Amino acid sequence: MKKSVLLGTIAAVGVMAGVASAGTLDDVKANGVLKCGVSTGLAGFAAPDANGRWEGFDVAVCRAVAAAVLGDGDAVQFVPLTTKVRFTALNSGEIDMLSRVTTWTFSRDVDLGLTFAGVNYYDGQGFMVRKDLGVASATELDGATICITTGTTTELNLADYFRANGMSYEPVPIETNAEAQQQYLAGACDVFTTDASALAATRATFESPDEHMVLPEIISKEPLGPVVREGDEPWGDIVRWTLNALITAEEKGVTMGNVAEMGAAAGPDPEINRLLGTEGGLGAMLGLEANWAANAIAVGGNYGELFEANVGEATPIGLSRGLNALWTQGGLIYTPPFR
Amino acid sequence: MSQEPYVRTEMLEEQPAPLGQTGISKWMRENLFSSVSNSIISGLAILVVVFMLYEFLPWMLQPSWGAENLRQCYDDPNINGACWGIIRDRFNQLMFGFYPHAEQWRPLLAFALMLVAIAPVLFDKLPRKMMWFSAVYPFLGVWLLWGGSIWGPLMVLAGFVIGYVVNKVLANVAGNLIALIVAVLATLLWWLYGVGYVSEMLTGAMPVGIAEVDSDNFGGLMLSITIGVSGIALSLPLGIILALGRQSDMFIIKVLSVGFIEFIRGVPLITLLFVASVLLGFFLPPDVTFDLILRVIIMVTIFASAYMAEVIRGGLAALPTGQYEAADALGLDYWQSMRLIIMPQALKISIPGIVGTFIGLFKDTTLVSIIGLLDPVGLIVSIQGTADWNGVVWELFTFIALMFWVFTFSMSRYSMYLENKLKTTH
Repeated sequence: MKKSVLLGTIAAVGVMAGVASAGTLDDVKANGVLKCGVSTGLAGFAAPDANGRWEGFDVAVCRAVAAAVLGDGDAVQFVPLTTKVRFTALNSGEIDMLSRVTTWTFSRDVDLGLTFAGVNYYDGQGFMVRKDLGVASATELDGATICITTGTTTELNLADYFRANGMSYEPVPIETNAEAQQQYLAGACDVFTTDASALAATRATFESPDEHMVLPEIISKEPLGPVVREGDEPWGDIVRWTLNALITAEEKGVTMGNVAEMGAAAGPDPEINRLLGTEGGLGAMLGLEANWAANAIAVGGNYGELFEANVGEATPIGLSRGLNALWTQGGLIYTPPFR
Repeated sequence: MSQEPYVRTEMLEEQPAPLGQTGISKWMRENLFSSVSNSIISGLAILVVVFMLYEFLPWMLQPSWGAENLRQCYDDPNINGACWGIIRDRFNQLMFGFYPHAEQWRPLLAFALMLVAIAPVLFDKLPRKMMWFSAVYPFLGVWLLWGGSIWGPLMVLAGFVIGYVVNKVLANVAGNLIALIVAVLATLLWWLYGVGYVSEMLTGAMPVGIAEVDSDNFGGLMLSITIGVSGIALSLPLGIILALGRQSDMFIIKVLSVGFIEFIRGVPLITLLFVASVLLGFFLPPDVTFDLILRVIIMVTIFASAYMAEVIRGGLAALPTGQYEAADALGLDYWQSMRLIIMPQALKISIPGIVGTFIGLFKDTTLVSIIGLLDPVGLIVSIQGTADWNGVVWELFTFIALMFWVFTFSMSRYSMYLENKLKTTH
């Protein structure tokens, strides 16, 4: 069908009649593929490998949702988006969900017509400087030139922080993280600021990481999470509870390795049974198969497994769980019960 | 007895020119050191070149082709510069984006056939019959790149046949103008309502085709060439029409052309690309998927055609009025005089400008990386997003610059060839 539209338009750009849109869930099921907006490339969170297969922590969320809805973690069409076009792409219906290190803020949630379906990574904005600059704290950065990526909350946080502390700075606005990294290395700015996770990832790639340090101050709260369009609650529920399922799975010890076995028959723990669909019929309430969560977990494992595989300490990015540990282990990752 | 005058019976052997008048030394004396100021400039220029090579070559010549990731390059004591392993690792991606490996012969074939298709346009010594292939190529190329059933492109092509037949038949009955209007309408109706239905029916009856490849898989240099070549091929005719429209005596046509040109030229290309990627999504009905690459091609085309129109208008304005008057005096009608007298001369004058616009357009295709399309420049960000290659920059930019240079340089060489060939002044 898409094909004939393409050729038809080459022939003549005509007026095309549209059919009234059904819910996103029906669209996704009808297309057989989930259109998921991701970053064009951010270490650990989203990037295509040499074979064009997308990998990363944000990508894993897309795959989990696709598996929950369509039963196949590869039934995803990844739409690489820059910060400038990400929200309009979502609002105009070009993508079904956005999983692109997007900070949950009041104005985005309320004013932009977005619904945040949860938080998959608690981040915060930090600063990186050269050690030979002799700076030990962000409060000593008065008058510094600072590389920032535009169109993000980073820019606004920075302005707030410097105003609150009565300091001045000279911004060097840059489009992408990779470019900012290069500018920083080339000495175009004294300070590079972005989310602390990205700072750690960036520093790890330097030829000599020891010459650089991340300052202790974290100046903002950056809860990053998947986003859907406002006004389609059933679809928002699916994304939200798929993420919650991944977290509950970690809490309950359901892993990629044992999910098939545990989901085969009801076990002793009733919440695991409800999660994996052997009891309760939660899937039907979402309009999905009974084993939706089992499918989602089977793609890349539970939340903890995804974290370790993509950004965890064993990866070159080397992030510790920190705030992103389960609430039972002193972190913020918490989910309402499956009941 | 007549006395024979002294006549030399054999020629003297040719002597080699004196040492100072041949070879490199003569060339250098004439071209580089012909005067004091010239010598100073040459000396400085040579110094700059040597300095740049001195700085750049050691960086470039590194035994790093086999590196699997950036860390290997950092750790290897033999490598103190470029980490070329990235190019080996991602060459395929930089060329074809995410185009399926098994199907990559298709873009290659499409590219080779494109060279065949443009050859008769570029070189007039080739047989004119090859033009038929050039006319069919756009459909063939689209089919090769996107794949799918063969019937779609064939049925679109059939629209031209329908228009032609309708025009021929009606011209005898109803007169030229009505025949033309009806033919255009019939073709449009066929494209809008007939093509989809008939091609689907034919596909059902006789499925002939190749695997469909979605636009999302397009990327790398292939994407740049697809957008660039389509833009170039479409913007020249559109530009000619706009230039003629701007010069026209007909008020409406003139106002429309001027309005279009001035509006499009007054807007940066990136704005148009944002409109294509973002705004059109709001205008179109929710269920219509209107290919992003196609939208970009349309925007790039209208952008380039506005510039092209002005370049060609320059050529038209440069022609002496006598040429227009002579054409009128010969009794040629408007289209004949344009086709036979005005355009060949005006286009010849405009060649440098036209090729300049082409080169600009081809390089401007890299702007699509800002709206998230993964052309070579867009791929840089993606490649840096992987743990293996995070931090690689100059190697990629050098390689991409080289790829673009090959294309733009051939374009500019061709334009020089064409100018020389068409030179009629002495």
